[in-house]
Amino acid sequence: MDKTKEKVVAGVVVENIIKTYGKKKDMTALNDISFDVQKGELFGLIGPDGAGKTSLFRILTTLLLADSGKATVDGFDVVKDYKAIRKRVGYMPGRFSLYPDLSVEENLNFFATIFNTSIEENYDLVKDIYVQIEPFKKRKAGKLSGGMKQKLALSCALIHRPSVLFLDEPTTGVDAVSRKEFWEMLKGLKQQGITILVSTPYMDEARLCDRIALIQNGKILSINSPQGIVNDFSKPLWAVKSDRMLHLQNELQEKDFVENVYPFGEFHHVVMKNESGSEQLRNFITAHSSENAVLQQVKPDIEDCFIDLMKN
Amino acid sequence: MRQFFSFIKKEFYHIWRDKRTMFILLGMPVVQIVIFGFALTNEVKNAKIAILDNSKDAATTSLSAQLNASRYFDIEKNLVSYTQVEEEFKKGKIKLAVVFPQHFSEDLLHFNKAQVQLIADASDPNTANQLTNYATAIIMDYQNRITNERKLPYTINTEMRMLYNPQLKGAFNFVPGVMAMVLLLVCTMMTAITIVKEKEMGTMEVMLVSPMRPQMVVLAKAVPYLLLSTINIASILLLSRYVLEVPINGSLILLVFESILFTLVSLSLGLLISSMAGSQQAAMFISLIGMFLPTIMLSGFMFPVENMPLPLRIVSNIVPAKWYYNIVKSVMIKGVGLHVIWKETLILGGMMLFFLTLAIKRFKIRLA
Repeated sequence: MDKTKEKVVAGVVVENIIKTYGKKKDMTALNDISFDVQKGELFGLIGPDGAGKTSLFRILTTLLLADSGKATVDGFDVVKDYKAIRKRVGYMPGRFSLYPDLSVEENLNFFATIFNTSIEENYDLVKDIYVQIEPFKKRKAGKLSGGMKQKLALSCALIHRPSVLFLDEPTTGVDAVSRKEFWEMLKGLKQQGITILVSTPYMDEARLCDRIALIQNGKILSINSPQGIVNDFSKPLWAVKSDRMLHLQNELQEKDFVENVYPFGEFHHVVMKNESGSEQLRNFITAHSSENAVLQQVKPDIEDCFIDLMKN
Repeated sequence: MRQFFSFIKKEFYHIWRDKRTMFILLGMPVVQIVIFGFALTNEVKNAKIAILDNSKDAATTSLSAQLNASRYFDIEKNLVSYTQVEEEFKKGKIKLAVVFPQHFSEDLLHFNKAQVQLIADASDPNTANQLTNYATAIIMDYQNRITNERKLPYTINTEMRMLYNPQLKGAFNFVPGVMAMVLLLVCTMMTAITIVKEKEMGTMEVMLVSPMRPQMVVLAKAVPYLLLSTINIASILLLSRYVLEVPINGSLILLVFESILFTLVSLSLGLLISSMAGSQQAAMFISLIGMFLPTIMLSGFMFPVENMPLPLRIVSNIVPAKWYYNIVKSVMIKGVGLHVIWKETLILGGMMLFFLTLAIKRFKIRLA
């Protein structure tokens, strides 16, 4: 009884999914992945290109079959109940996948009708997004800018009021302002109770999610709220800067109190093995004061956590 | 149903807005009919010939004049020696040389027997054959006229009647062939590309994650091309009737019905290719090599199937164009009814069902 109740609550459940490619099944895209997403949650899959995000999305949207493992979307099995899932999810692939020779309005109309609905019926849902591109509704979709294309694609994925929304790297190749707007829209959609799975290679977008999964090489490194992931980072972290950045990085890499050093904006981030290392780093920087070396304590963010998890 | 119509509307937008596709779709039939009708013809007209007249008497002059007067020949040159004959052939100016020996007229009148030599350029055997036949006919005609004055004891006269095509017009043969070719090309290639294109553009990915059923996608893809094909059928028939003057002897309704049936076969084939091919290039390649070539080679339109070796004759049976070509020839030129071509019609119908079912079955409901 409890189990069925759980199923109803969960938006997406992934259990031990394995997916390989190639004739010999020697290219592993997803290696025993399990997680679940609550209804109404904004869940982020964060990882570099080739981590397996798209494969996972395609399995969940019933476009690919996993080698083994089980997954349900909105309580429906992705293999057995694929027809039911296709009726109730919205999917926006990573590549722009609308008809470039149809106008904005025609595209939206088309996707509304193939889902047996109309623009008018669900206009309230897409209104906030669609009003931004409505001035260009007669323009061909292929002639829109990157940000507008994404807004149109999101409108098309939403027009049938899906219960779960899959967005595969929706902000890749989109300018910073449009990216920000896009995430504002996602927050709005979350208010409507839509479960959203979004993947992105951008670490700064991760903290906008309710929970995130850090994924690399088909493995989930960590699943937690953005704050939770940051809190798990227990080692001392410093930012250093000097006139000879490359030299500084090379030298620090050799020190036995340093676990990792990597460029981070205009600074290098230095991860200590333990607390005692901080003192040694301070001495090191003082010794390099002739090169204008500067030392600052910083709070880790998602990227630091990701780099740390990847290293181990 | 609303889904279905919306999909068809979308397909029309794609075709309409791609001017090149539009041109190929509607322009190609016209261009092909015109090219085959006026440029590519195997009829011989005004072939250039040379005369070597060693006799120069009344009979040879009269014969030369008659050859020149016919619409088949133009005398390009009068030669004076036998060695010139080959020289002229080597220059490539003439197709046929007529050689009269010395004392032609005397031989004819005194010995009742005279000889003429016809030398033809047989590097093109068909033309050489035709030319010698025409020349022989003209010479026989001349002989008949002079012998008519003196009654011969026994004569056999051959009376020839060319049924269905008394003027032996090439158009009677190629109009059915071009119809088969155009309909097949337009329908098979265009539809073969259309589904693959959606796969390549990634729109198939979005489409699959929707309640659209595969058979609806496949059928909706076919409808616009079916409608455009009826325009093509009309334009080909109008052009051949009024420009090339090929009569439609049988029932027009039957002809159009059979054409639509053949269109459906071609569409189903295109959809089948589309559901199997991985890229637009592959789809195009398969439709050209797998459909277009067999249509030209094995339909009977260019080369008669009856003369082929048995294996090719067997293979020709699975070429839909062969059956359609026979149907069009029968209905359009011979003017027969459905009771004669029911077998061909049934075969085409069966092919359509087979290909269409296979196309829908093979339509991938997932990406891989």
